[in-house]
Formats: sequence, C-alpha cells, structure tokens
Amino acid sequence: MMLADIWSYQIGPDYWWLIVLKGVIIVLFLATAAAYSTYAERKVAAHIQLRIGPNRVGPLGLLQPAADAVKLLFKENVAPAGRDKLLYLVAPAFAAAAAIFAFAVIPVSGVSTVHGYQLHWDIAHLNVGLLYILAVTSLGVYAIFLGGWSANSKYSLLGALRSSAQLISYEMAVAFALMGAVILSQSLDLEQIVLAQHRAWFVLLQPLGFLLYFTGALAETNRLPFDLPEAETELVAGYHTEYSGMRFGFYFLGEYINMVTVCSIATVLFLGGWLPILPFLDFIPGVLWFLAKMLLLLFGMMWIRWTLPRLRYDRLMNLGWKVMLPLGLLNIAVTGAVVAVKASL
Amino acid sequence: MLIEIVRGMAFTLRKLFSKPITLQWPEEQKPAMPRHRGRHVLHRYDNGLEKCIGCELCSGACPVGCIYVEPAENDPANPVAPGERYARRYEINLMRCIYCGYCAEACPTEAITLGPRYDLADYRRERTVAVKEDLLEAWPNFGAGRGQNPLGAGADQRGQAARSPGVSPRLAWDEDERIRREGAEQPVPGNAGLAPHVPTVTEPRRVKRDR
Repeated sequence: MMLADIWSYQIGPDYWWLIVLKGVIIVLFLATAAAYSTYAERKVAAHIQLRIGPNRVGPLGLLQPAADAVKLLFKENVAPAGRDKLLYLVAPAFAAAAAIFAFAVIPVSGVSTVHGYQLHWDIAHLNVGLLYILAVTSLGVYAIFLGGWSANSKYSLLGALRSSAQLISYEMAVAFALMGAVILSQSLDLEQIVLAQHRAWFVLLQPLGFLLYFTGALAETNRLPFDLPEAETELVAGYHTEYSGMRFGFYFLGEYINMVTVCSIATVLFLGGWLPILPFLDFIPGVLWFLAKMLLLLFGMMWIRWTLPRLRYDRLMNLGWKVMLPLGLLNIAVTGAVVAVKASL
Repeated sequence: MLIEIVRGMAFTLRKLFSKPITLQWPEEQKPAMPRHRGRHVLHRYDNGLEKCIGCELCSGACPVGCIYVEPAENDPANPVAPGERYARRYEINLMRCIYCGYCAEACPTEAITLGPRYDLADYRRERTVAVKEDLLEAWPNFGAGRGQNPLGAGADQRGQAARSPGVSPRLAWDEDERIRREGAEQPVPGNAGLAPHVPTVTEPRRVKRDR
C-alpha cells in the first residue's frame, strides 16, 4: 500500500488522520473544560455563599486547576490491602473514558465544506448517534460499581450500590425524555436533530422533555440534589472512598467531563446545538453558540447544586420510577399523537 | 414544591451577585474595636518623652508574670522620661500574656495600654517576646540607628507616625472615637475650655500572686 493510500484511507466518511486529530482535540478540550469547571464550580459556590473563592494561584486564581492537577499527581496513592488489584486499577480509567466516549458523536457545529470536502464537527458521524450516546453513558455505571466493589470497603460498596440503583432507574427516564426530540425530528442522527430545530428549539416544543432530561442528567452525573452515591455526610465519599491521588483525580475528571457531556447532549437535543438564537446572528461561528449554550447549562447545574439539599433515598427512587418515568411516557404519547395527527391532516 | 425550588434558586442567584464578605487577610485587615485589648502600646508625652517611669507596677499587677521591666536612672541632660527613672528594658511575653489589661490599670502614668494590634502569630517563639522598641509609640526620629526590629512589630505605629508625624496613634484613635461618639466639635455646656476626653484613672487592683 502506498503512503498516499494510507493517507487517504477513510473510515466512514472521514479520513483516519482527521478522526485522530479531532479525537485529540476533543480529549484535550474535555480535560481542560473539566479542570476549569471545577474552578467555575468553586467560584460559583463561593459567590453564592458570599465568599470569594480561589484567588491565590495566578490572576483571579485561574491557575488553580493546574495547581490542583499537580497536587493530585504528586499525592501518594494509598490503596486498601484487600482490593481486587486489576479492577481497582482499571475502574478510574473507565470513569474518565466512559465520559469521554459519549462526546465522540456530538456535533459541535454544522457541516462545513473545506476544499470541497464535507467536514463533520463530530469525531464519528453516526446515523444512530443518540442510540450510541444512550448505550455509552450507561457504561459509566461500571466504573462506579467496579470502583466500589474492588476497593473491598463497605463505604465504597454502599456508595456503589446506591449509585448503580440510581443510574439504572434514571437512565430509563432520561431515555424517554430524549425520545420526544427523536419523534419530532424523525431521526437518531444528532446533526439531523439539530437541523430539525432551525425553526423552533425543542425546548419550546418539549419543555417537559427538557425538564425531565435535565433532572435525569443531574441524577446521572451524581450531582446534588441527587448525589446520594457520594453523600459526603453519610458515606464518607461513596464509591471512591478508597481512592487517592490521581486515581481519585480520574473519577473527579470523569465526573466533570460527564457534566460537560450531559450538558452538550441537552444542548444538541433541546437548545438547537450550534444554531443561533435568531437567524441573523449566524455570523457568529456555530462552535461558539454551542459552547455558550453548553456553559449556560453547566452553570445551571452548579447553581442547582448550591441551592438544593440532598433528597432522601426513597424519595429519589420514588421520583425516578413514579414521577419521571410516567411523565416521560406521557410526553412520548402526547408528542407521538400530535405528530401523527399533524401528518394525517 | 416547584415554587419553593424557584424561590430557592432566586435567592441563591441574588446572593451570587451580591458583594462577598470575605476579608483577604493579611492584605485586608479589619480595624480593631476602639477598646480592643490587643498587643500593648507604650505611650509618650506630646513632647516625645516616654510616659513610663520604670516603676514596675505593671509587672507586679500582671497575673501571669509576663512583663519584665529593667529600670534605669535618667540622664538629667538628656532624659528619656520625665522623672528620675525610666525603663531601660521593657519586655512582654506575648505568648504568656492573657490580655487582661491589669497592667494598664496599674500604671500610674497611663504609660501602657492595650492597643489595637492583634496579628501576633509568629513562626519563631523567641520573636513572640515584644521588646520595648516594638511596644513604644512611634516618634519621628524613633528607631533611627537602632537597626531593624527583630519582631517586625511596631511597624504599624511607625507607619502612622510617617503619615501624621507628632500625633500619637492612640490620641488619633481617641479623637476618632470621640468624634464618632459625640459628633464633630460640639461644645459641652458648662465644660467649655476643658479637654473633651478625660481619661479615667482606676485604682490598681490588688492581685494575689503566688509565685
């Protein structure tokens, strides 16, 4: 095979090197975004509590995430004696990886044409992107459960059990909440879903769906008011009690990347992805629109975290199974009926 | 429930944009209250002479025995204090001091009072003993040729002396306090011509010491 052949070798509609390049960019972006959302989180928390927050490292404390990363890297790894060695090692990596996987299919901007070549702004352009996301985000449970199990500690295990139960019960509601958007756009292709919102964002057509998804997303990312798996006051730290140093850092990273991912999904499905608010504002690049919407949702998550108290466990389950799931089904039924009636008229 | 959530969110949003109450110690410091009992200050008369006459009553009144005074005879040609004696050495162990203020009450000349300064922590134990140079009220020429003060303390007062030379910080403080209390320059009926601030002198308390 000639070098040129390797160069022009395509996977799907893309050149292989382009996929690698996009992958590297996305991973770097996610790691940075996760680091800086910890900074944002601390700043938001501080100002809500009338404090100032990190302001010692660099101007406005902007180098704080770097300092934190260095600290985590140099910290001693203390591991429990009775652990399952392999799983204990693999679980944190899984946490970060599972969170990054989902981002592979998220279109951060519309198709742009470079030298006559159709450039997609997602790493892998799947026509069942949403399905892929739903499948991959469920993998995060493994990281949590394996981490809790392999550490051989009761706090970890309890946290892991709670977490798995919570994730499984909310996954369903989340999936149902997303189906409304799928029915309206008649596609599982995320690009198509965004393009279907060019007249009205689905948050306007599917307010219930958006609300359900966002609530479910809070539960899926283990954030307050649904942070029972980590419940510092009850479980020490939940499934990552026995992790320290950078291994803990990976869980942390995974958690914050997960937040970014979940907000991106909400942006794509409900807030019109890269589409501008008003059509004449389309001179601003789609990536920036996407980022702005995503950051807005991210801020919303932090805002909620520093406002609402933690739910009791049985109420959490009740909310998941008895409220969100039926509402999700209702949403699907009504949306489907409306679409069907409109089509038959 | 939704209404409560919305109200809670509105509340936190309001707080998000209100001014933080954090004080960035040590860059920002809260001024102590006027009668705060912080580190001691040795006062001077307005002509620069030290009020302390080296009588050691403060040392005697001190319930923890943290004050050490070494008196010396004044040179009549170049007196340090008005009177026969002055304190050559005046040291207070700030780690031992309980900031009760008995020394100030015992002092017959009001030479020592407890001042506003409260940042007294240090990395080295020996620097927590305040010597006379630390405690003494600033004077424009004070400290010239004496070298750097090892405690680093007293700098606040020297700074103040640089800003308003000749005015003792304590007097400035009292004046501020009086203005705050009474408003600016109100003539007191039947008291015209008298100084508005009359310091109270209390009897030194008898303190039982079993040392």
